[in-house]
Formats: sequence, C-alpha cells, structure tokens
Amino acid sequence: MLSRVADNLFWLGRYAERAENTARLVDVTLRLATLPAERGHDGEGGVWHSAIVSAGCEDSYFAVHSDVTPEPAIHHLVFDRENPSSIVACIDFARRNGRAVRTALTQATWEALNTLWLEFDRRAVQAQANDDLAELLDWVQYSAAAVRGATAGTMLRSDAYWFLQLGHFMERGDNTARILDVKYHVLLPDHAPVGSAVDYFQWSALLRALSAARTYAYVYREPVRPRNVAELVILRPEMPRSLAASLSQVDRYLMAIASDYDTGKNPALDLARARYARIRDLGVEDVFAYGMHEFLTNFIEENVEQSNAIAETYLR
Amino acid sequence: MDEAVPPAAFFNEMYAPDGGISPSYRGVAAWLERTPSELVELKRREAEFLFRRIGITFAVYSAGADPERIIPFDIVPRVIAANEWAVLERGLEQRVRALNAFLHDIYHSREILRAGVIPEAQVLQHPAYVREMAGLVLPHRAYTTIAGIDIVRTGPEEFYVLEDNLRTPSGVSYMLENREMMMRLFPDLCARHRIRPVDHYPDALLATLRSLAPRACDDEPTVALLTPGLYNSAYFEHSYLADRMGVELVEGADLFVEGDEVFMRTTEGPRRVDVLYRRIDDPFLDPEVFREDSMLGVPGLMRAYRAGKVNLANAIGTGVADDKATYIHVPKMIDFYLGEKPILNNVPTWDCSEPESHAHVRERLQELVVKEVHGSGGYGMLVGPTATAEERAAFAERLDAAPQNYIAQPTLALSAAPTFVESGVAPRHLDLRPFVLTGEQVTIVAGGLTRVALREGSLVVNSSQGGGTKDTWVLADTHG
Repeated sequence: MLSRVADNLFWLGRYAERAENTARLVDVTLRLATLPAERGHDGEGGVWHSAIVSAGCEDSYFAVHSDVTPEPAIHHLVFDRENPSSIVACIDFARRNGRAVRTALTQATWEALNTLWLEFDRRAVQAQANDDLAELLDWVQYSAAAVRGATAGTMLRSDAYWFLQLGHFMERGDNTARILDVKYHVLLPDHAPVGSAVDYFQWSALLRALSAARTYAYVYREPVRPRNVAELVILRPEMPRSLAASLSQVDRYLMAIASDYDTGKNPALDLARARYARIRDLGVEDVFAYGMHEFLTNFIEENVEQSNAIAETYLR
Repeated sequence: MDEAVPPAAFFNEMYAPDGGISPSYRGVAAWLERTPSELVELKRREAEFLFRRIGITFAVYSAGADPERIIPFDIVPRVIAANEWAVLERGLEQRVRALNAFLHDIYHSREILRAGVIPEAQVLQHPAYVREMAGLVLPHRAYTTIAGIDIVRTGPEEFYVLEDNLRTPSGVSYMLENREMMMRLFPDLCARHRIRPVDHYPDALLATLRSLAPRACDDEPTVALLTPGLYNSAYFEHSYLADRMGVELVEGADLFVEGDEVFMRTTEGPRRVDVLYRRIDDPFLDPEVFREDSMLGVPGLMRAYRAGKVNLANAIGTGVADDKATYIHVPKMIDFYLGEKPILNNVPTWDCSEPESHAHVRERLQELVVKEVHGSGGYGMLVGPTATAEERAAFAERLDAAPQNYIAQPTLALSAAPTFVESGVAPRHLDLRPFVLTGEQVTIVAGGLTRVALREGSLVVNSSQGGGTKDTWVLADTHG
C-alpha cells in the first residue's frame, strides 16, 4: 500500500474518533454546567475551562479569548473551523482524508463518512436556531458510530483496515488520558470528602464522557468509588475506552501489519509491545504510587512518540 | 441570445433513409413508444441520484459553479449498428496506426518532413514538440497508447473525424458507468438487445500497459496511474480506472527516482514502477526538465524514461500530432506511412495560415466554425451561424491579427438522436469518442462516449459547455 494512502487512513481514523470524543465531552459538560455548584463558575477550574483543556484546545482558545465563558467555549469546541480540533474541523479533515483514498474504503464506509460531512452544516444551523445543541451532539456521536459500523461490517481485514483502526485507537487513548488528567484529583484515594454531591457528579460526568457509567455499575455493582473509577478507565482492558484497551488494540493492529509485511526492524511495534506489557502488569495502587498526574502525562507523551514511530516506519 | 437551429435539415439516427425506423433503433423506438414519460422522468432522477451518491462528478473551472457537478446523463441509448461499427473500427485503427507512425518518425528520421509532405517548421517549432524525445526508442513504437478520437456523423454513411485527442484523453469512465446505469435502470431493454460489452475496458487497458513494459523490466511489470490529485477535474476517472485495474493511484510525491529507476513509497518500503499511466500533462511531469515550478511531477522522471527504465503512457510529446493544424495532414500520413486510403474522412478544413484560405474564411464567417489551433474545450471558437454580428466582428479582429492561429470548418449538420428533454423525447445533436488502445496490438472496445448537446439546435456537446452523455450501444448484429 502507498505510504500516503496509509497516512490518510490513519488520520481519517484519528479525526473521526476525535470528532466523536469531543462531541461526548461537550455533551457531558453541558450536563455538568446545569449543576447548582457550577453556576457562575465559568473561569479557571470551571466546567468549560476543564472541557477546553481536556480537548487539548487551551492554546487555540486563549489565543483569541482571555477568559472562559460558556458561549465562546462551545463555539470553539463545536463550530469553529479555525480550531483544528473542533468537531466541524475534525469532520472536514476526516472527510478530506477519506476522499483522498476513496478506493481504499468500501462504498458503505465512504457513504457514512460523506453523510456525516454533508449533513453537519445543515444540522448545525438547525441546532443553533432551536437552541438544541444536545441533539446535534447526539447526532455526531450516532453518525460517527455509523462510520465505525460500516468499517467493521464491510472492510476487508487487510492493511487499509488496520491503519484506519490504528488511527482510531491512538486517538482514543490520547483523548481518554486528557479527560482523566483534567479531573485526576477527584480520582485520588486521599481525595475528600467522599460522597458529597459534587464529587458524585464529577465522577459520573467523567464516566459519561467515556460512555462508561452503565459499565461501571455492571462491573462493580457498588456505589461510585474513585479507586474503581480509576481502575476501570485506566487499567481494565475490557472497557473499550480505557487506556489499557487502547494500548492493547494499537499492539494488535501493529502486530497484524508487521506479520503481513515482514519488514524486519520495527520501532513502532517494539514500543507498542513494551507499553502494552507494562500496563497489563499494573494494579491501580501502582498508578497511585507513581502519581496519577505523572502517569497520565507520561502516557500522553509516549503516545506522541508512538505516533511518530508509526509515521517513521510506515507513513513516509 | 438563444441558440438558433443552424442547419435546417439534419440526419436523425433513429430513421432509415426511407423514412421508417432504422432497424438498429426498432427496439428503442418501441420502448419509447410504450414507456410513459412520467416513468422515464422517474428513472432519470434515479440516475442522477445514483451518480451523485457514487460521486461520479466532474469539476468545472468557473467561478460560482458547483465544484462537484455531475454531467447530465440522458437515459435514451445511442445505437450504432454492427455494420456501421465495423467501418468505424477499421478506420480508427488505421488512423491511430498512422498517427503513431508519424510520432515515431518526427522523433527519429523525420522522413515525412524531408519528403515535404508536412512543413518542417510546423512540426519542429510546435510548442508541444519535445526535443528530449528525439532518438528515444519506445516499446512497440507506441506513442499515443490511449487515443480518444472524436467522430461526428452527418448521414447514414457519413462519418468524419472531428478531432484526435492523443495526450491524456478522458471520458472513458462515463462509457463504463453509463452502461452500468442502463443495466441497472432498464435491465429488460438491455436484455432485448445484443449489445457488445464495454466492461472489459479496464482489463484491455491493463494488458496494453503491461505490453509496454520497458525492456529493462524482466519480471511481472508493475503499473501505476499517476494523477495530479484530488482537485483535478477528472480525478474521479483516475481513481475509478486505478481501482478497476487493481493498480496504485499515485501522485507525484508518492514517486521518486533513484539510479534512473522509478519507485513508489509504500508501507513495505520502495517498490519499483515499470509503466506509468500518467494523467498529468507534459509540462508538469518532471520539474528537472520541464516546468520548474511543477509540484505535480517527479524530479528525474525524464532521466529514467530516457534510460529505458520506465515507460509512460501516453508518451511525452504526442501533443504535436493532435493539434488542429496537424489534423489537416492526417489523411496524408495515412497515405505516407500505410499506403492506404483513409477509411474515415477529415472534416474539410481551411488552414488560415494560407492567405487564400484566410480570405475565404473572412468572407464566409457567418457559415463557418472557426477554431484556435492550440485551444481546446470549446472556449476559443466561433460558431458563425449562431454568433451575433458583434461577436463575429470581434472574432474577425482576432483572426486577422494572427490568422496562422486559426482553422475553419463548415458548420456540419451533426446527426441527432432521440433524447429525453423537458418537452418529452426530441432529437438532439451528438458526437462520439471511441477509445483506441495501442500496445503490442491495437484494441478497440466496441463503444465510446456519446456526448449530446441538450439544448435544442445546439451543436456544442462539450461537458464544460452544458453537454450531457448517453450510453452508446454497439449492436452485435445489424438489426436491433
């Protein structure tokens, strides 16, 4: 496969995943902002400030705004084409990457992606007119899922599919780590007071941002405890948006590519193998001992390294 | 102003000389008779929806236009009888053989120039004559590997070649997709005819390209299609053909030259390319030799080409043979190289570089079509009978300033065929572009792209000027 084609597929995966995750993040933030404790709490430490940081949009946001208030924050995260991480920009980039490699995609995948792109602007106008952002965000998540579903259901399991998946899971790991890092203090075991309403909503918002609220109840069958939340979203490989799951999938698809190609020295695979092996052996206490914030920062930095290694090995 | 109907009488392909329905059109005529126009309209909309969803689009370079426009598709097929096609097929092969012989000659011993058949300056000083091609021996002496020859018809037996497209002719994806669409919309109508298939065109193209592998290539040749990229008007066709042939669709940046060999960058490391079906124009192919500012090409490509390590289709420098000024000489080429009489005639053409012709053209501007010799796409032309007096006066000034840049032809009474338009089914003028493949042998898939002028009386079929397309049925026998 042409390196350029693999590169387009990888970034198609990354941008489609980011659009979906940002939609989920904004959705949760809207919900959180309705809590009594959050009213009039827009600035540093407020819910929209956290959302901006979680989405990795601090630099782009503060380049044009001096403080965080809901309206500009929403505009920046959802509608602003000047912000390369906004939902609309991610959809544009995903579609552009897809269009460049149309023949590497199945008809169903292309049509799902093209529909997401064709419809977004119309629905955005509608959402702003009806003041119903939540519906737009629902639709983005639903349509991004349709793209993933078309991919899973129709694409041949070969390098095109693997590079696309690699993009999805690289991005997902990064997005989950960023969401956690902003809220890491509420996950620490010495965080007190336990059981306050505010904490409860913080945790449940975090779980919702990762589509894991029901999962938590199913896996733990007990009230939300920070230790369990941390374990679920960092270490449980069966939780599809956890860091461990992302590392396991990155490892899996790099393995598939490497065994298909048989191209010798492979720094991308070596790093992925090492990272996955490391996280598999960790318990949640190890993460606390290492320092949650340090652990997450380290994960994000290693992810950048991983992405560069993939580019170096296959995409240039 | 609106378009007038230039020739009062024109040949309608649906009718035989005796006024009855032509045998080849009987099936279509009966179908038109019994199908209510509401159903036809429904099917037409369905076709448009399908074309847009699949993304068969064509970019038009004009401000404010829909950047991803579809070319209107007419659902009434254009039918060509077996005996008519047999003549066309022989004529096309003959013409393209002569054109390839001409191209080989002008880059080698130049016999046709030395014999004084064609003026030397006209060839050697032509902007599309590429000096770097001189002396380069190409496999099977194939220069124009893919030729699109535009044919017009004026009567039951009268076919003329309007233009040769020998550089990077496009449109073949419409030939294939239009057939797909007809089979999907009207399976019964298709089944009632014995239509010669076109679906194997990509296989024939791939076989042709492989037969042109450079001598240096001793294993299975690797073919790739080189596109200018996403924003090219024919990008859909490039990706479609690459997909159907199962070859990589590459851009300039995907290729590099090392040791006079061409490689593509793949996820498994560099892979050698032996034959490039390039859809990039000559000036943009290699910034080391041609335009330095080209971002589309591959530095060193010409070096590899000259070293015989890679072959290009079409060859570089074919444009000199498809110019309107060279066109005039094609019948002489057929005589010179093949010793044959042309099977397909040229449209009578006045070369305005000759003072007598210039004077003649000036007097009859109202009757003639005047074309620029280096132009294409229907922009730099005057259709005398439909132009206003002011338009003719303005054009006359340009003509007088540089008569050598113009040729003129009579306004042909182009044939028409039944076409679905707003008022129902009515005759509309059309042309035909069959594609001729030259490799180890000459291959012509029975069919081509039929372009149709959708406006009443209009003779301009170009898609950039509002023309549409039709499926072209070459029948396996003379009767429909």
